[in-house]
Amino acid sequence: MLERALTGSQRYYRWLMFLLVFVGMGFAAYLYQLHNGLSVTGMSRDVSWGFYIAQFTFFVGVAASAVMVVLPYYLHNVKVFGRITILGEFLAVASVTICLLFIIVDLGKPMRLLNVLLYPTPNSILFWDMIVLNGYLFLNIVIGWNVLEAERKGVHYPDWVKPLIYTSIPWAVSIHTVTAFLYAGLPGRHYWLTAIMAARFLASAFASGPALLILLAMIVKKYSKFDAGKEAIDKLSQIVTYAMLISIFFVALEFFTAFYSNIPSHKHSLEYLFVGLEGHKNLVPFMWMFVILAIVAIVLLLNPKTRTNEKTLRIACISVFASMWLEKGLGLVVAGFIPNPFDQVREYAPTIPELTIAFGVWATGILVLTILYKIAVSVKEEVA
Amino acid sequence: MESNRRSFLKVSGICALGLGALPVAKALAKPALPQFLTNSQALTGKKWAMVVDMKKCWEKADEGCKDCILACHKVHNVPDIGTIKEEVKWIWTEHYENTFPGQTNEFNVENIKDKPFINLCNHCTDPPCVRVCPTKATFKRPDGIVMMDYHRCIGCRFCMAGCPYGSRSFNFRDPRPYIKTELNPTFPTRERGVVEKCNFCEERLAVGLLPACVEACKNGALTFGDLEDPNSPVRKLLAQNYTIVRKPELGTGPNIYYII
Repeated sequence: MLERALTGSQRYYRWLMFLLVFVGMGFAAYLYQLHNGLSVTGMSRDVSWGFYIAQFTFFVGVAASAVMVVLPYYLHNVKVFGRITILGEFLAVASVTICLLFIIVDLGKPMRLLNVLLYPTPNSILFWDMIVLNGYLFLNIVIGWNVLEAERKGVHYPDWVKPLIYTSIPWAVSIHTVTAFLYAGLPGRHYWLTAIMAARFLASAFASGPALLILLAMIVKKYSKFDAGKEAIDKLSQIVTYAMLISIFFVALEFFTAFYSNIPSHKHSLEYLFVGLEGHKNLVPFMWMFVILAIVAIVLLLNPKTRTNEKTLRIACISVFASMWLEKGLGLVVAGFIPNPFDQVREYAPTIPELTIAFGVWATGILVLTILYKIAVSVKEEVA
Repeated sequence: MESNRRSFLKVSGICALGLGALPVAKALAKPALPQFLTNSQALTGKKWAMVVDMKKCWEKADEGCKDCILACHKVHNVPDIGTIKEEVKWIWTEHYENTFPGQTNEFNVENIKDKPFINLCNHCTDPPCVRVCPTKATFKRPDGIVMMDYHRCIGCRFCMAGCPYGSRSFNFRDPRPYIKTELNPTFPTRERGVVEKCNFCEERLAVGLLPACVEACKNGALTFGDLEDPNSPVRKLLAQNYTIVRKPELGTGPNIYYII
């Protein structure tokens, strides 16, 4: 089936070239970082994780969201998801690729990456994150590929795929739970030290991922003969609606605990994010942007008229994705380090090389996604 | 032929999976530790700790005395990068309100308000940095010293997120050009991309010497010893004085005690 990635319209090749330019620029910037160390980033002794790890965290959510189509389709036989499931699984593959690349570019000693395997450390959540992420990548590529190949041949997928499908469902939950545990188990990082972290991660994942999936289905529909079907989009948009509401509710819960209990250390990070702390307010405009976008998204999603209208649904999905990105891909990780253990505010802002590398990683993910979607869509068009 | 090739592929696939599981098996198995001869002069203890008498530090010493810091940073080739962002420090001072956030009030007596407190790795009894390290590059020795293996560290900086005391520094750039003290050829310099921290001078204990900071303090403000030994100088100080530790509520069990 792989050969289908090699034959396409000129527009397809132009798009691949366009992405490759960003991949190349990102790679060049990465060589620069390798040569000069992480000193070229905006990270510091005080904010020791920045944009890279925040992106990794956000895209774990996008990856985990595949379960929102996989579970109803395979477990509850929701037929309308039949056409979109493969898109969900391949989106998961691309997202996990993005996650793994962001971890690699964040390492101070990437050449020692395999130490995680050579000296396995079960007490480290990072060890388990490595296992669940790679496992999830493996599951989704194997399941997606085999189901698609069976579809092409007009047969039922082989029996041995079934247990993998069942495994992939709790596994999707595990990748985001384990990623939340990276943060939720650290003493002294009050913003992260919350039992609701994994739940928050899953809720925002199930909002942002399916929102992206809807947008992707719309793009695929525009540029190919493959249509996921209005019913599937409708069902997905309902999932996005509930997940978005729960997600915002969970964020609000953090405010209650911090501000009603009135413990300064628990309030600091939230204050830093939304109003600024000791005159430092780098992230304040972004967080209010998150609030505004979240409100726009919820209003558009709650109203059945705007939810079922393709144009307004598109705006809603962009708002969901952007707002969740601001909250998790920008604010959450950085704010955990502010204020620092000495109660001092040392701010963080990504640098140009750091952003170029991040663009390169995104472009690589989109490249993987394009190729996988090209294959899937070609097969679907052929079968139809 | 076809079925043979298929069964071969199946078997090799299962073998490959088995190899993949090897690290997990390894993780659960207890490796035999290599045996070494130790120096007969070496200082040994069951749980090393330090008591910092801040009164002695302020009252007897000149204002701005940095003997302990200089001695430590010299003996360990600690670089002076010159920016807050990439600062590398093993022992340093912070104001009372920064060292003990949450334990201040506006009426704090003059002798602690804005006073510099000595900060270093707490060599916690239950260190979060060790818990989170994915490669065992950070580990705790049986005598309580929390150690860094610079050659194993992958630079993920999880330990820095885990440490509630800000006691860990990362080498964002090659530290070697920034070593401004006289180079100590007996202690390794670090390279770019690894985390480093205070090691309680384990290399000095191994040859029977006290930590460099303790030795350098002319006023006897720093006392080092074994907490498990009732006759150790630290136990005596702890029995005679009211002491505090940093962020005890986090359950890390810091082993640096402060007399104020």
